[in-house]
Amino acid sequence: MSNGQNGAELRLVTPGMAIGPSAGMRVGSGTLAQNDTIIATRLGWVKQLNNTVSVDPINSAYMPRSGDLIVATVAEVRNNLWFMNVNGPFQGLLPMSLAPWKVEFGAARQHMGIGDVVLARVQEVDECHNVVLTMKGVGLRRLNQGSIHSIPITHIERLRGEGNATIQRLREVCDCRIIVGENGRVWVDGDAEGMAWARQAIDLVQTSGHKNTFEAELSALENNAPKNGDA
Amino acid sequence: MAGYGDVKLLRDDGLRLDGRKLDEMRPVTIEAGILPAADGSAMVTQGLNVAVAAVYGPMEAHPRKIQRQDRAVIDVRYNMAPFSTSDRIRPGFNRRSREISKVTAEALESVVLVERYPRSKIRVEIEILAAEAGTRCAGLTAAAVALADAGIPMRDLLVGVASGKVEDIVVLDLDKAEDNYGQADLPVGILPNTGEVAFLQMDGDLSPDEFNLAMEYNFKAAAEIHVIMVDALKRRYEGGEK
Repeated sequence: MSNGQNGAELRLVTPGMAIGPSAGMRVGSGTLAQNDTIIATRLGWVKQLNNTVSVDPINSAYMPRSGDLIVATVAEVRNNLWFMNVNGPFQGLLPMSLAPWKVEFGAARQHMGIGDVVLARVQEVDECHNVVLTMKGVGLRRLNQGSIHSIPITHIERLRGEGNATIQRLREVCDCRIIVGENGRVWVDGDAEGMAWARQAIDLVQTSGHKNTFEAELSALENNAPKNGDA
Repeated sequence: MAGYGDVKLLRDDGLRLDGRKLDEMRPVTIEAGILPAADGSAMVTQGLNVAVAAVYGPMEAHPRKIQRQDRAVIDVRYNMAPFSTSDRIRPGFNRRSREISKVTAEALESVVLVERYPRSKIRVEIEILAAEAGTRCAGLTAAAVALADAGIPMRDLLVGVASGKVEDIVVLDLDKAEDNYGQADLPVGILPNTGEVAFLQMDGDLSPDEFNLAMEYNFKAAAEIHVIMVDALKRRYEGGEK
């Protein structure tokens, strides 16, 4: 998951636990400087990079940032906009002006109803956490088929791997289209066998993504993949 | 306050009725992540007390009038199960559970970094499955572990402990008889790393010296419980065990 986990340092901290002296160090995310000491504010693994100490949280809510590619579901429909569930504390707003279709006022329901799934991008997040989404952009669309899975957002990097290597490998093994949203939702589409295997791999990320044995377990799963067995 | 006079709560050998020393707490066990549907959860057993806490959120605060533009609100619901005591408790809110929910929420608000999640709500559900005095403290401890398990940023792990007075002697962690027939009860929420007090209630009377001794006992117990809390969280994620 992080450099801290793969390297020599593997230290789990709980909120309030002292990580080290704050002199000469910069305070990163998940930490706080208190009385010349850096303390952890979250349950997670300590990461130290370029004199910045941070804590990679084990669990975390998704906080949208502008530019994020996410898999969202429609939660509410109004005459001229959709409220989208972005898997975070706040709903996102998709105005009809940012939808990929030409929508007449009052016709929003004809394009998307409650429960529909879309691939969208976060256009804007203001300081009050109002989230505006857009579907104008290459590849952004309604997802009409496939299945949706959830993983902890702290394990997204684990699923993607270095330079997207892991996710690319998974795509090749199961011969499925896989999109990993920044909000922890994963869209998988392909034949039934491939999707079933992809589901196992995603479940593995969910249950073992934080462990050092993850790579080995994933390799074992790959050896049992249906496509590998046929070859 | 003289208590109930003829109820004997200390043995002739100086120990308490259940054989504990004056500054000895009941055995405590903590398990984190017991509820798969919750974002974070924990179970605390302290003597015969069993407290389960579940944390959901942060989520959008509804109704909108409870939203705060600069911070999250913590919505605590403390409830004792009808079967938690020998006399059946009428289900639903009562004066006591409302009070405990309120003071617990205020204690947690002082440790959770609520300013990180403006306009949102963090829901904490505390359910007491079995009660034997000191349930608000066990509930507070369970809520703190559940919040940490949910990944909510906090300044410290809040620990709930209580001391009291029986037969004019200060004792740590009152059991049911001591709570019912004792002279005083002092439940406290302690931040073990900084030594701050986030929550304090007192029932009965304590002299300044007795109060200081009771607080000394509480701090000592908080340090012990904190070790168990950290261990529970580490056990859940460290190594191959989940």
